[in-house]
Amino acid sequence: MAEARPWAPRLLWAGVPVALLAAGFLYPLVLLVWQSVSPDTGGHSFAVYQDVFGSEVFRRALGNTVWIAAASTAGCLVLGFVLALVIAFVPFPGARAVARFVDVFLSFPSFLITLALVFVYGSAGMANGLWTDVTGAAEGPFAFLTTPWGVILAEVTYFTPFVMRPLLAAFGQLDPAQIEAASSLGARAPRIVRQVILPDALPALAAGGSLVLVMCLNEFGIVLFTGAKGVTTLPMLVYTKAILESDYPAACVVATVNVAVSLTLYGIYRAVSRRAGA
Amino acid sequence: MLVHSRGGRRAVWALFALLFLPLFALPLLVLVAASFAGHWSGALPSGPTLDHYDAAVRGESLRALTASLATAAAASALALTAGTWAALSAHALGRRARRVMDLLFMLPVAVPSVVAGLALLVAFSKPPVLLNGTRWIVILAHTVLVTAFAHQSVTAALGRLDPAYEQAAASLGARPWYVLWRVRLPLLLPSLGAAAGLCFALSMGELSATMMLYPPDWLPLPVLVFGATDRGSPFTGSALAVVLMGTTLLVLLALSRIRTKASYR
Repeated sequence: MAEARPWAPRLLWAGVPVALLAAGFLYPLVLLVWQSVSPDTGGHSFAVYQDVFGSEVFRRALGNTVWIAAASTAGCLVLGFVLALVIAFVPFPGARAVARFVDVFLSFPSFLITLALVFVYGSAGMANGLWTDVTGAAEGPFAFLTTPWGVILAEVTYFTPFVMRPLLAAFGQLDPAQIEAASSLGARAPRIVRQVILPDALPALAAGGSLVLVMCLNEFGIVLFTGAKGVTTLPMLVYTKAILESDYPAACVVATVNVAVSLTLYGIYRAVSRRAGA
Repeated sequence: MLVHSRGGRRAVWALFALLFLPLFALPLLVLVAASFAGHWSGALPSGPTLDHYDAAVRGESLRALTASLATAAAASALALTAGTWAALSAHALGRRARRVMDLLFMLPVAVPSVVAGLALLVAFSKPPVLLNGTRWIVILAHTVLVTAFAHQSVTAALGRLDPAYEQAAASLGARPWYVLWRVRLPLLLPSLGAAAGLCFALSMGELSATMMLYPPDWLPLPVLVFGATDRGSPFTGSALAVVLMGTTLLVLLALSRIRTKASYR
């Protein structure tokens, strides 16, 4: 029925929000890429790219970004799968409340996790305090907060709910009869998980995992609050170059690379989640 | 039921608690505890005090809270309008055009917020549109970033909407505007409420783009939380963070009440 109406006014209506998006986002983004090939000295060249690609800081930031994001995503997938599995298939009183709590968790900003972890694992925090109280040692053994592992712990904590949500939805659609049948045929829990539940959850896992991967690649708050010199990622480097060093051409180059990496992965996410029917 | 023996279930639940509590519940509890603590050098905080809250609700902090609330309210209202408009107009288009629009409006999610902030800085630091150094650039950035989420949730809600209602209204001679205003938007109201809550919460906690853009007279609360922790006063930072979380939750609660009231209509 909708197809019968003339298409011109419909296209015009759609044009208004697209024009707004273009003015507030697409045009600035294009300008940013343009700026990255227009050095301050005038003309257009890839000179800044050469400088940036040649610098040790950039290469380390690129490496850090990718491996921290990959490790965090792997952690989120394992943890999210286990937690969602228990909530869905070994329900306990209050499991609903836990699922609700996870939703609330998503509405808080990520950097709060790092702020909280300072009190838990920081040099004068709970874990080290407990250790020194029990053993009488001068200082505790936990000093990983300012290393990439601190960032990974915070990212796993913050992003795991993003894996749990699609998984819980997928588990809700799984026919319980399948599990009962497997169980009555003598399959034990690990085998049911491996052969019945996991194959069914794979699309949701893939979709959730690639979303989390993109979000980890783009994460800034957690890295900023970690405040460690040794843990520089691409978004952090964009901030450092632009705001702290006022080196806008270099910042634009790093930003362009960051966008290219994230968009490539986001494209994969869209393809995967469409195939999964999510 | 996946695990049949009682012992097995207990073991699974114990594992769940062991993973869940330290990872998810502990950080929030610790933040609240720290916001009331005078010192924390040991297993537990000590020297209970309200001083941090005293500082968190006056002067600079109060201005930051107002700035955050104003930014979040403006950004969510704008994003909800633009997102709903985009979703509705995309819904009327053919399949391929719709897919292109969905992709365009999801781009701000895929692009790092820091980069979106830098792009706005590059684009609006010189005439004709000079926004850099004003609060409007912060509001613009938040709007762009949260519009994607508004668009996504309204699109999902439109997909679930039963077309029978609007078809019935249209067949009875209602004009398209009337159908939109009296049939579709009221049916979408619960989803619009949820989308508004999501946008508001995201904007309240937005730090990445804000750090690139904020002018000296418009410091949103997350920037102040970072400033406090960076200066080495994490307790003040925690109190500010608790104020941030509390305000966000209050607004979410209020929005969910509107939602349930509307659904009785």
